[in-house]
Amino acid sequence: MPVIIFGAFLTFLTSWIGLVAYPSLQLGRFTPFTAEDTGDINPPPLSGMAVMGQRVYASSGCVYCHSQQVRQVGYGSDLERGWGARPTVARDYMRENPAFLGTMRTGPDLTNIGARQPSAMWHHQHLYQPTVVSPGSIMPSYRYLYRLRKIEGQRSANAIDLLPPDTAPDGYEIVPTYEAEALVAYLLSLNRNYPLPEAPEPPQQ
Amino acid sequence: MSMTSDHPVATPELDRVERARIDESTRIPVLLFFGSAVFWLLVGTLFALLASFKMNAPHFLDQWGWLTFGRVRPAHLNAVAYGWAAPAGIGVALWLMARLCRVPLMHSKLLISAAIFWNIGILLGIFGILSGDGRSIEWLEFPNYASLMLFVAFGLIAVWAVIMFRFRQPGHVYVSQWYLLAAFIWFPWLYSTANILLNFEPIQGGAQGAVNWWYGHNALGLWFTPIGLAAAYYFIPKVLGRPIHSYYLSILGFWSLALFYSWNGMHHLIGGPFPAWMVSASVVASVMMFIPVITTAINHHMTVRGNFHALKWSPTLRFTVFGAMCYTLSSVQGIFMAVPSLNKVTHFTHYTVGHAHLGLYAFFTMIMFGAMYYITPRVVGWEWPSARLIRWHFWLVAIGIGVMVVALTIGGVLQGLALLDPGVTFMASLDYTKPWLLLRSGSGILLTAGHIVFAVSFTLLLLKAGSKRTEPTLFGSDQGRKPEALVP
Repeated sequence: MPVIIFGAFLTFLTSWIGLVAYPSLQLGRFTPFTAEDTGDINPPPLSGMAVMGQRVYASSGCVYCHSQQVRQVGYGSDLERGWGARPTVARDYMRENPAFLGTMRTGPDLTNIGARQPSAMWHHQHLYQPTVVSPGSIMPSYRYLYRLRKIEGQRSANAIDLLPPDTAPDGYEIVPTYEAEALVAYLLSLNRNYPLPEAPEPPQQ
Repeated sequence: MSMTSDHPVATPELDRVERARIDESTRIPVLLFFGSAVFWLLVGTLFALLASFKMNAPHFLDQWGWLTFGRVRPAHLNAVAYGWAAPAGIGVALWLMARLCRVPLMHSKLLISAAIFWNIGILLGIFGILSGDGRSIEWLEFPNYASLMLFVAFGLIAVWAVIMFRFRQPGHVYVSQWYLLAAFIWFPWLYSTANILLNFEPIQGGAQGAVNWWYGHNALGLWFTPIGLAAAYYFIPKVLGRPIHSYYLSILGFWSLALFYSWNGMHHLIGGPFPAWMVSASVVASVMMFIPVITTAINHHMTVRGNFHALKWSPTLRFTVFGAMCYTLSSVQGIFMAVPSLNKVTHFTHYTVGHAHLGLYAFFTMIMFGAMYYITPRVVGWEWPSARLIRWHFWLVAIGIGVMVVALTIGGVLQGLALLDPGVTFMASLDYTKPWLLLRSGSGILLTAGHIVFAVSFTLLLLKAGSKRTEPTLFGSDQGRKPEALVP
């Protein structure tokens, strides 16, 4: 039955060319855009901490509840919800590995979470105990990324504050591990409110 | 080509003795794949329950990174998709290939090595995900050291399939073999391309989504679906002792599936950051899926028509027909979900999770159960211990999956409508889903119970528990009723 083997090969080859090979060439070779007037490079390069944080994001499976894509007008209310000033385009993801586009919104979209919540402390509180800053949330606690430490002398500068009083026993403090610091650095880096030629400058708000 | 020659029973030279000899030759590889599949089904079900409970009670077991939701959920998917569904499918495919090529299974060492590589790969992969090495690329979470093992196993199986096919007895090539052969060509290609471009030498992020969903959808459409359909095309006529309704519909169904399914993937990215032509091509291809789906549905239905009473007696037929009907249901549902105006509601919601379970469970897994009920006694030479256990298994999982799909469908639509309306807060979209997620956990308990019953039944058969019987275990046989004659 060479017809079956040849036919199966050929039909699959068309989709391999159309949906894999061609897009890899078309969408896989972006260069960042440098604005002539300001010299800004967009999308901006990630800091080393943010790259580490990207790995923590992957290993913790954030993508199973949070998308990172602002859809075009006519596809849902992403823009009206304030999840971004413009729809995202392929070039926005050129530095992402992997690109966490996501397929589920049990939690809100995180494309621009760094712009919406620019406070590192907010993120630490939220990761340690989500309901403290987001009542009703079913996000799990990421307290395994934090350490309970005995306060010796002064409180550490990076200790998490504003948690409910019984979270840590007296004389103890909660401090982020390196992984938690990296994850928050990545979350703070998520900000796509910059202009690209194919995605014009967002209107001033 | 006469209609009767399409029917595997009707080959006169293949008598009962020769069939038994072929069945026996498949024993070790088939049981290795079946046995490990049942093991991973239990493991994967446990992860599913954990993940579902965590959505009802987020504090449940949240003190360890190993068991955080974002790891347990992919551990579930990979354990059931690659640990259970794929090896169950491979076991069924090996047996079908030997039977349909009409030769005893050759080169079983290739398959035994493949089974060992496969299971080491799954073990490493699940361990990797739980320990934090998961890649968070849906359907491709396994770290490279695990996916490499799976690829080696796949390569061995594909080589074996080509050899078997090459040395088949001359004669008609049955429709099930087309699907199996195609699946063995498609999957290694699919799996290697996607892993290379996303995990080994990742391409830029802007193109990753396309490759991800080209893979994700084709893993279902060009691997699980062909194996499920191959089994349905074999067991429905086999158990009923009548030929498949139409040879020409089988041809149309096969080629239209090959042509359209492979282009479906981008409908997971509607509205996303991709060129419009890619998404449009996939939406069109998705709608075209009406052709293979309706063709296959008519072909199966017309074969069973007038013989539905056999569902009362035959476990294989009951599971298989349930699965075949759910294939139509989930495919038609999938087609509608690809229509942009409806996709707006269902995208990013639990509705999609319900759809995935309708496809991979209600369709594929149910057909695998049916096939295993037929194959296992024949390769072991021992009957199923109890028709009552099989009946419990059927009703627990049939009701369980039904409740799950309904719960996720309703919850998903409520969530989707809330998300669409910017006047509704995001938290409200979550609140709508909560009672339905609780019901989903309930359905998960039913499914878990069903899987435990199946595992017990399977283990008792392997241990050859009880006394030897030569009659097949049919529903009703334990109640003193005499089943109507069925072709053995």
